[in-house]
Amino acid sequence: MLFQQILNGLTIGAVYALVALGYTLAYGILGLINFSHGEIYMMGAFIAFTCISIFNWNIWLSLILAVVICGLIGIVVEIVAFRSIRHGARSSQLISAIGVSIVLQNIAMLTWSSRTQPFPQIITTKIIKINDIVISNLQIYILATAVILMVTLYLLLYKSRIGIAIRATSQDPDTTSLMGINVNKIISITFAVGSVLGAAAGILMGLYYNSIVFNMGYTVGLKAFVAAILGGIGNIPGTMLGGILLGFVESISAGFISSQYKDALAFLIMIIVLLVKPTGIFGTKEVEKV
Amino acid sequence: MLKVEGLTVKYGNITAVNNISFEVPQGKIIALVGNNGAGKTTTLKTISCLLKSANGKIIFDGNDIIGQQPHKVARQGLVHIPEGRHIFPRLTVKENLTISSFSRTIKFKHFKKEMEEVFEIFPKLKERQKQLAGTLSGGEQQMLAIARGILQKPKLLTLDEPSMGLAPIIVEDVFESITRINKQGTTILLVEQNAQMALSAADFGYVMEVGEIVLNGSGASLLNDPNVKKIYLGEVD
Ligand SMILES: Nc1ncnc2c1ncn2[C@@H]1O[C@H](COP(=O)(O)OP(=O)(O)OP(=O)(O)O)[C@@H](O)[C@H]1O
Ligand SMILES: [Mg+2]
Repeated sequence: MLFQQILNGLTIGAVYALVALGYTLAYGILGLINFSHGEIYMMGAFIAFTCISIFNWNIWLSLILAVVICGLIGIVVEIVAFRSIRHGARSSQLISAIGVSIVLQNIAMLTWSSRTQPFPQIITTKIIKINDIVISNLQIYILATAVILMVTLYLLLYKSRIGIAIRATSQDPDTTSLMGINVNKIISITFAVGSVLGAAAGILMGLYYNSIVFNMGYTVGLKAFVAAILGGIGNIPGTMLGGILLGFVESISAGFISSQYKDALAFLIMIIVLLVKPTGIFGTKEVEKV
Repeated sequence: MLKVEGLTVKYGNITAVNNISFEVPQGKIIALVGNNGAGKTTTLKTISCLLKSANGKIIFDGNDIIGQQPHKVARQGLVHIPEGRHIFPRLTVKENLTISSFSRTIKFKHFKKEMEEVFEIFPKLKERQKQLAGTLSGGEQQMLAIARGILQKPKLLTLDEPSMGLAPIIVEDVFESITRINKQGTTILLVEQNAQMALSAADFGYVMEVGEIVLNGSGASLLNDPNVKKIYLGEVD
């Protein structure tokens, strides 16, 4: 029973972690809490659904198209909603993010209706039973995809030129521009990367629960934000752990207390962490931004 | 190489730099000295286009660069080492240096060779390549900032108070490296409060006071100017 909950928690936590990384990347590079990020997650699922179920396109092509389009949406959101108020007040950035969120949700509702839709079952679910533990092959795919994406992100940030430029921009954008680097381009790339991760997460979640709905990004977005806060927003490894941890807390509380309280518990934990250790569980005093 | 004509820079309605003109000829070291708040940093930031609201002309290599984006100016070979060093504290020393190559079209093999040459000037940096730059001492950070600037292959290098906060013996090291870079062919515009050191190193100097250039002359002649002596070198006659 406990092992089962841990496995379920790990699966869902890995998805939270992917979404949470988008918050952390945006925060690291612009000091901005991008509350519209959950909608990118939703868009990822819906675009994949459209390409596969409606247009009957090739599955791989559809998946790639979905994440690429979401990457582009991320770039456009940054340019339209955040660029002109980059040095503005936090409150205006927050309002702008919420505005984007409302717009994207409404676009989704108008395009795909407000009904819950079935996500195409591109993988036939197989169940593996070991004693009384149930593992589905989907869980393994989700975990594997999440791990691959996170390792790729790590390599991108810490082993590539783009990564050095992203980290430099997050530390000191003016000086980065003095190095001949186009900071706006780096910020666009960062938003694209975060959005690609978010879209992938949306697709994985669609597969897992096999249904999607236009406002699915809302709760997950908030929870991913909680995960980022838990781990220390702006801190990449911390955010990954924060996501996993939140997944554990949820599934264990669903298993041992009641699944009705799992959302409330997530936010309760966030409040406690913010009160006790505002930089997050894994955050140090000086937050390593990106 | 660089010609500044009638440059005025304002912060809101405060005029920080008022109608100044000066010239930095190719191959020379030009010093711009003055007290706190004279407008030296403002001038350099305007030249590298970090500050936008300016009137006048900044002619670099024959083009007026006012209003351009800073990364484009840097790519043309006008490299600015800002006041307070501004190394990237949470990048390693090596990453701080390789970042200079990103906007250049240079093979990594050749860049590595340039890096070795820079390590000859600053051997300390070579030992500390893997260390986070924020953990370097103040003097080492200044060396890193200069090394990073050199690796951008500047035609014109502008330095803002490279001696700030350093022990006198380190200041000498820094100035030695500046003259060395200049001898290797890089033109230098040097901003300093340390007028003694700057004017000794410079071919020509300008003295700034509350946003205006009040004096100019060769380094040696300014050092002997009674007013400069009194105000900037703290000598009483
Ligand atoms: N961001 C800003 N907003 C408003 N005023 C500013 C700003 N930056 C500088 N100033 C003002 O402009 C004037 C010139 O400042 P600047 O930094 O250019 O002087 P400086 O010669 O570099 O001085 P220091 O030797 O102390 O570095 C000062 O009066 C300063 O208060
Ligand atoms: Mg200054």
